[in-house]
Amino acid sequence: MNNEVKIKAKNVNFYYGNKQVLENIDLEFYQNRVSALIGPSGCGKSTFIRLFNRMNDLISNTRMEGKIYLDNIDINGKNVDVVKIRRLVGMVFQKPNPFPKTIYENVSYGLEVNGIKDKKSIEEKVIESLDRAALWREVKDRLHDSALGLSGGQQQRLCIARCLAVEPEVILFDEPCASLDPISTRSIEELILELKKYYTIVIVTHNMQQAARISDFTAFLYLGELIEFGPTEKLFTVPKEKTTEEYLTGKFG
Amino acid sequence: MKNKITQNLGFFLLFFSIITTLFFLGAIIYFISVNGLKVINWEFLTQVPRKGMTEGGIAPAIVGTFYLTFGAILFSLPLGLACAIYLCEYSPKSYVVNIIRMSINNLAGVPSVVFGLFGLTVFVKFFGFGVSILSGSLTLGIMVLPQIISASQEALLAVPQSYREASLALGATHWQTTKKMVVPAALPGILTGVILSIGRVAGETAPILFTAATYYTRGYPDSVFSEVMALPYHIYALMTEGTHPEKQTEIAYGCSLVLLILVLLVSTLAIVLRQRQRGEL
Repeated sequence: MNNEVKIKAKNVNFYYGNKQVLENIDLEFYQNRVSALIGPSGCGKSTFIRLFNRMNDLISNTRMEGKIYLDNIDINGKNVDVVKIRRLVGMVFQKPNPFPKTIYENVSYGLEVNGIKDKKSIEEKVIESLDRAALWREVKDRLHDSALGLSGGQQQRLCIARCLAVEPEVILFDEPCASLDPISTRSIEELILELKKYYTIVIVTHNMQQAARISDFTAFLYLGELIEFGPTEKLFTVPKEKTTEEYLTGKFG
Repeated sequence: MKNKITQNLGFFLLFFSIITTLFFLGAIIYFISVNGLKVINWEFLTQVPRKGMTEGGIAPAIVGTFYLTFGAILFSLPLGLACAIYLCEYSPKSYVVNIIRMSINNLAGVPSVVFGLFGLTVFVKFFGFGVSILSGSLTLGIMVLPQIISASQEALLAVPQSYREASLALGATHWQTTKKMVVPAALPGILTGVILSIGRVAGETAPILFTAATYYTRGYPDSVFSEVMALPYHIYALMTEGTHPEKQTEIAYGCSLVLLILVLLVSTLAIVLRQRQRGEL
């Protein structure tokens, strides 16, 4: 199995005001692999992946040190267009957040803002994206109804379709199943396994079983530090660090 | 037992407050309707005034109020919305911006007659627009600007941050996100602000006293530089000037009723628009 590095974090520190929330993190994520970030809440998992599409730029009074590379490009570099980075690095959020628009418009939005005008190609792309997100069959007869009328699981798959439409190379999932029931969770997990053929996937999850089920690599973060990173199978069966073992066996969390 | 009595007394007081408020609202509507309906007929609504205001209708005042209100909103809505968007979406959260916000709120507290004097000095005299629809609309527009800004600001702040994040995460620029996502989502709230502003603009007398209104015109305004009759000023004039106080009082009630109904109609229209907007989503 040949693992090609897609994203690399180097000596990353992150601060909210004076409070340091990430400490000296070095980590690599590989192309066409699912990498999971696990750890107790407040350990900085979400903050960490939000650095990859520069979402933390929106929060005032924050500061990052270190470098993050996407295909060897420093994404915080001076000449880098943040809009382009965000197009290459898609994100699915913790709470399904479809726009208050129709199902169709939710998916076409990303195409329109990226300058695609041709109605025909937008339509094709919308259908293709909904199909890839395993939602097409459920919504094909009500594309022009409000997206807010969909169930939570459907809304989340719509958010995934919306993200796929702009053809990212990396998709960040920030606890995508946190507010979903077990059946919806399962469909999202199956979808992620399918998507890994085409994309590099990073998923933050609370749920250790989920990480075990779908990821190839797992990173364990604790109190802002990377404790351990490795192939999921190894990390779950023979963890190197004592803290990892304690977390996995439920001694804390 | 004692707690129960206190509770009942409390509820009674709250209920009594509502009854008192409704009583005054009902009384106003009742008196205006009873006195106003006597003079309202087709002629009253469509004719120009005749014989020193004692006969004929008030059509020019209705038209004038419409023009002034329309002009004021036309001026203040784009400007106010732009200010609100800048303050909410673009300006860094800083000391200066806080001062700007406070200043806008203070502007809302300036008495309307002061706006009238300002309009007289600036639009009527300095810019030379004269006593006209243009001067009056601009004065009313400035008066209502803070209200439109703060209503728009609240509507923009109510748009969940997650919409902005989702839009940016798709590679939309800040401007695209604002234009295509945030403002449309805030539109129902912004419309509410406009509704309230329309009511205020249509009913104000003081700002148009020196800038737009005249007691009597033979016909209808033919340009934005014409002076106009307007309902609130007409009511004021009928009650303070002229030679037939009794007749004029009746007409004043008629005018009041027309003004009340006009404002209600416009508000209803805006509410319907807003509901439709919401329903579509």
